[in-house]
Amino acid sequence: MPDQATILPGTLDLLILKAVSLGPLHGYGVLLRIEQISGQTLLIEQGALYPALLRLATQGLLASEWGISENNRRAKFYQLTAAGRKRLREETSEWNRIASVMSTILAVQSLAAPAFAVQGEEA
Amino acid sequence: MKLTAQLRSFCSAIFQRSTVENDLNAELSSHILHRADDLQRSGLTRREAERRARIEFGGYVKYKEESHQALGGNLVEGLLHDLRYSLRVLAKSPGFLLAAVLTLALAIGANAIVFGLMDGLVLRPLNVPHGESLYGTLYGNNPTWQSYPNYLDLRDRNRSFEALAAFNMVLGVGLDTGSDPTVANGFATSGNYFDVLQIQPFLGRFFHPADERGPNSAPYIVLTYAYWHAQFHDDRTVIGRQVRLDQHPYTIIGVAPPGFQGTLIFLSPDFFMPIVNQEQLSGASLNTRNTDHALFEEFGHLKPGVTPAQAAADVDTVGAYLEKTYPKEVGHHTTRLATEGLTSFGPAVRGFVAALMLLAALILLAACANLGSLFAARAADRSREVALRLALGSSRTRILRQLFTEAVLISLAGGSLGLLLSMALLRRLSTWQPIPGVPLHLPVAPDAKLYAVALLLALVSGFLFALVPIRQVLRVNPYEVVKAGSLTRAGHRFTVRDVLLIVQVAICAVLVTSSMVALRGLVRSLHGNYGFDPRNTMMAGVNLTTAGYTPDRVPAMQRRTIDALKTIPGVEHVAMVNSYPPLVYTAGNMTNVFREETADLKPANAALMPYEYDVSPDYFEAAGTALLAGRGFSWSDDKNAPAVAVINREFAQRIFGSVSGAIGRAFKLQDGTRVQVAGVAEDGKYISLTEDQQPAMFLSALRSPAPDAYFMVRSRRDPQQLAAAIRARFHTLDAGLPVDTETWTQLMEVVMFPSRVATLALGVMGMLGAMLAVTGIFGMAAYAVSKRLRELGIRVALGAQRSEVLQAALGRPLRLLGFGSAAGLILGLLATKVLSFIVYQATPRDPFVLLGVVLAMLLLGLLATWIPARRALSINPMILLREE
Repeated sequence: MPDQATILPGTLDLLILKAVSLGPLHGYGVLLRIEQISGQTLLIEQGALYPALLRLATQGLLASEWGISENNRRAKFYQLTAAGRKRLREETSEWNRIASVMSTILAVQSLAAPAFAVQGEEA
Repeated sequence: MKLTAQLRSFCSAIFQRSTVENDLNAELSSHILHRADDLQRSGLTRREAERRARIEFGGYVKYKEESHQALGGNLVEGLLHDLRYSLRVLAKSPGFLLAAVLTLALAIGANAIVFGLMDGLVLRPLNVPHGESLYGTLYGNNPTWQSYPNYLDLRDRNRSFEALAAFNMVLGVGLDTGSDPTVANGFATSGNYFDVLQIQPFLGRFFHPADERGPNSAPYIVLTYAYWHAQFHDDRTVIGRQVRLDQHPYTIIGVAPPGFQGTLIFLSPDFFMPIVNQEQLSGASLNTRNTDHALFEEFGHLKPGVTPAQAAADVDTVGAYLEKTYPKEVGHHTTRLATEGLTSFGPAVRGFVAALMLLAALILLAACANLGSLFAARAADRSREVALRLALGSSRTRILRQLFTEAVLISLAGGSLGLLLSMALLRRLSTWQPIPGVPLHLPVAPDAKLYAVALLLALVSGFLFALVPIRQVLRVNPYEVVKAGSLTRAGHRFTVRDVLLIVQVAICAVLVTSSMVALRGLVRSLHGNYGFDPRNTMMAGVNLTTAGYTPDRVPAMQRRTIDALKTIPGVEHVAMVNSYPPLVYTAGNMTNVFREETADLKPANAALMPYEYDVSPDYFEAAGTALLAGRGFSWSDDKNAPAVAVINREFAQRIFGSVSGAIGRAFKLQDGTRVQVAGVAEDGKYISLTEDQQPAMFLSALRSPAPDAYFMVRSRRDPQQLAAAIRARFHTLDAGLPVDTETWTQLMEVVMFPSRVATLALGVMGMLGAMLAVTGIFGMAAYAVSKRLRELGIRVALGAQRSEVLQAALGRPLRLLGFGSAAGLILGLLATKVLSFIVYQATPRDPFVLLGVVLAMLLLGLLATWIPARRALSINPMILLREE
């Protein structure tokens, strides 16, 4: 059974890394930036952001520090570490690769079925 | 870097939980406040904005929990949660908890004790540098070999040992420091003893080869640390002090290091003295080659590259040389060498410990089987709870983990309790002095190894019995259970629990059988036929040398003593035996005898090597030994009369073919004396209860007077009064003569000791086994009844008779009990072969043992099923059916 939960966190992680790569952000700021750069098309349940943020921090991809926000409130600011930058590059190219493969496959129309059958026989 | 970051956050999750908690709360509420700020800007009131922000955030608690998990704190959290839950569950069934913890405590305690014994007696080498490579000759290995001149030759001629030391025991020496004389036990050692052991004195100095200048030339003693501590209260000025050992002056020259207790693991001497001086104290002649009394053992480090087998062959070469050089005095047999510490008791001790180990392991296995079936029963009872938890979304792993937590909690509690028990018992064992006059010492102090073993055993057994219900849990189908109520698998096929019960009952039957065999052996050895009657016999040990008698005054004094003792009212017989009577201190003197026609009296030509006892007239009456033919000794069998002997049946049969044909025949002693057989006595035991039948001969003590003798007084009077009367008689004979009075039975405690210990140990194991059987069968029967209460109620309602109800309720447990007992009985009888080398006459084909085991198992079964049976019989169908 394909589980949505296993796909979503991966995507969310990549989105968070990308958002933070553009400059240090606090949690709510991450949310706003993702909404902003996606043109309000991606809606994330707000609370779900935090397990992902903390997981990335635990993995050493994000560094965090308490500071004062533009609203003059205490907030925890996240920043990409060297490992996080590396991960972002890897994930981005991986994403691009999969996306192009997927779009190629989805572009194929009638030839798809025999092509797969032949492959199966060869194997 | 990633790993360290994870570790750091994991650690902080454990140790700074509150900090992490606060941090997380602050971060999440900061988010909500920021969102509320935005919403407020879009025109909402502050209150409304905060409310909306909270709603938009989603499940606060859920995300907080997930964040915790993301921080790495989930494992600990889960464990803590399991722990709390397990404690709650266990607290709800205190009976189960108590039974389980006690069962495990006993089983693990038994194992820890046996491990402590094994560690102290078998695993640990002597407490000296490189103790594991010290090899020595075995005591009793080679009669007419352990003499001082032979030691000197072996020391100088062997090519295998770096250096060879020797020692002997000097027991029961009067040590007089000037104020209060006490009896002390020492080792008489060769001058190089401490050099060979490579140890340094704690105080003062040790003696060395340079101190030895012939017999009685080195009046020095070295105290053991323990004795110095106990008797001299750590007084450092004792060095150089004069003391008297049996009236001879000695100088204390040093104190041995703490922890060094001589070269026998199970004895702790009080002092060490040069062996060249032992003649003064024990009378064992130093320069006699033909004796077994001068030395106990020789030992040393093997040279690099020399194997024990090569060294033994080397010793044999020297032995052969000595035998050739001194044909009349040396008889050498093949040598065995063993690591120093347990000497010839090694195989027996190791065998005993191994047997105990096996039994203890069986106990633990039975306990695990017991708890396993209890756990399985509980798991079945809790199938509803498990099903509910599964239905509510808990994973099976989580449920199993919780089960294991429960099991480990129980096993740890049981293990700790067992460890405490074993520590208390081992502490007592290490100060145990079961045999008066013998400085027995069991080095069994509990240490870290013991704790580790107990912990390991606890964890392993916890996992073992938690494994049993796993399949059950994995099979639970939540929908079925919730729909239909608890699982009732009525069926006639064997379940895991049945098998466990059979295994458990079988193990218990093995243990019960072993302990019964041991018990029978002890009873037999107490009432056995030793070839004499130790009851109603008082022994008075007197050494005339220590009291200053010259050899020419000894026979007259001994004769006067016998006459004086005879005048005590109520005394039936008085006799004397030189050295030790049979079965006292495992001491015996073997000599070579030759057929009459043998001309060349070298030891290799000996016809027999019987035990020799030099006894006075009236000995056989006093000892209660039956004469089968001929006569005993009279006062005229002295040096001027032709030499005569009384031999035992074994001797008569091996040399002369029969009892009746032996009378009047003759044999020769090592010194050439021709001895005529005057009588034949019944066979007996001489140095140990388990020995094979040995030949023995009795010679007249009048022909070879010795200053060291036991007077035996047979009388039905109260032993204490008798002892007082004997002492009074000695006092009138010579007021300054030290006398030891003990009954023959008391003196036999040393030879009884192994079978007593074996019986005690096996008895305890048997009791443990019986207890486990009772709890196991009880658990099974109680469970069977409680599971089938409803069915039984219906049976009763339909008119079933009491016997039918019982049959239905308890038939199965009882059948299993029968199977298990039969299997265990057979196994146990096979196992008694192992016991026979410790336990006197341990024979499996003993109707009393068979009957005893069957009765015991029946009784145990009855006891264990009594309460469940009562419960089954008291079923009231109306109440029961209404409740359901």
